[in-house]
Amino acid sequence: MLAGAFIGELIGQLIGIDANVGGVGISMLLLILVAAKGRASGRLRPISQTGITFWSAIYIPVVVAMAASQNVVAAVRGGTAAVLAGVLAVVVSCALVPLLSRIGGEPPPPLPKDADVEPGV
Amino acid sequence: MTTVIDLMAQVMSRYGLITAFAVVGVTVWVSYQLSARLTRGHLHGSAIAIMLGLLAAYVGGVVTGGGRGIADLEVFAGIGLMGGTMLRDFAIIATAFGVNTRELARAGASGVIALFAGVFVSFTIGAAVAYAFGYTDPVSMTTIGGGAATYIVGPVTGAAIGASSDVIALSIAAGLIKSMLVMAGTPFVAPLIGLNNPRSAMIYGGLMGTTSGVAGGLAATDERLVPYGAMTATFYTGLGALLGPSVIFVIIRAIMG
Repeated sequence: MLAGAFIGELIGQLIGIDANVGGVGISMLLLILVAAKGRASGRLRPISQTGITFWSAIYIPVVVAMAASQNVVAAVRGGTAAVLAGVLAVVVSCALVPLLSRIGGEPPPPLPKDADVEPGV
Repeated sequence: MTTVIDLMAQVMSRYGLITAFAVVGVTVWVSYQLSARLTRGHLHGSAIAIMLGLLAAYVGGVVTGGGRGIADLEVFAGIGLMGGTMLRDFAIIATAFGVNTRELARAGASGVIALFAGVFVSFTIGAAVAYAFGYTDPVSMTTIGGGAATYIVGPVTGAAIGASSDVIALSIAAGLIKSMLVMAGTPFVAPLIGLNNPRSAMIYGGLMGTTSGVAGGLAATDERLVPYGAMTATFYTGLGALLGPSVIFVIIRAIMG
């Protein structure tokens, strides 16, 4: 089971690299399909559970490391035009979120507020 | 004493990735302590950690003059590897394990709409800002518009339509600003825009498009939303790079005469 999950991720990763742009999304879709199938046949349940916990634990540190290796100086030195373009793009896009959320009926309920599992270090 | 420090630096450089895990691990732990003690959990620990990361990146950039943040310091080179595209994408893909297929199918259509809306809105705003700052030729406007999409779309578009290097640099800077703002700001705007369910996360990812920004920002808001937002965001750069030098450039050139 673990091997199956691993190969699934590996294939996804390989495809992601080959396809480069958008490949990550495609790999995610593939992985979701594999995971759903495995869960339906009842073979993946316990493993996928540990998988989720493990990766949510590793995910935050990876993201923090990513933040720490950004070119912040270049962004700050870009000048007013760059700042304005970046900030306005974010603000307007933000404003569109509630608008688009209304497409396709009532927005689904928020995820349950369960005890936030503190990611391991 | 100096030899001890040299020796330590040597070990840290040799085991770069391990050093990175240790340093980042401590940072995350400290951030969660700060989150619990100072903000009583109001500000998510990972949000603090990401801001500390950005701060470290700024310091690293100032000290070394390089472009990879803290990872330009040799002892911290492992952080560049750890936070690089390879591991980041792998971690993002792996989060797809937690995705609820039913939610995904239901949100699919609005996610696609959000993608197109996001690309066009960002290009429009970027081009308008460019125009306001005196870049009135269609090539510069489109390139800076691409930068307002993501810091990859900007240079790709600029290279394709022959923008000057300072305009391309400007577009990258705009994209970086966007990425960092999304990374650090998402937890603050999330309650205002209803960013608490898979569908709005997919829409958010599609509108914002910066994979690193969305992945970091959503992680700081609610980790369970990460796969949904990241899913649409990863298609954004591809779509922008496809539409930018073609359809959008033609439209802007038509408008500008």
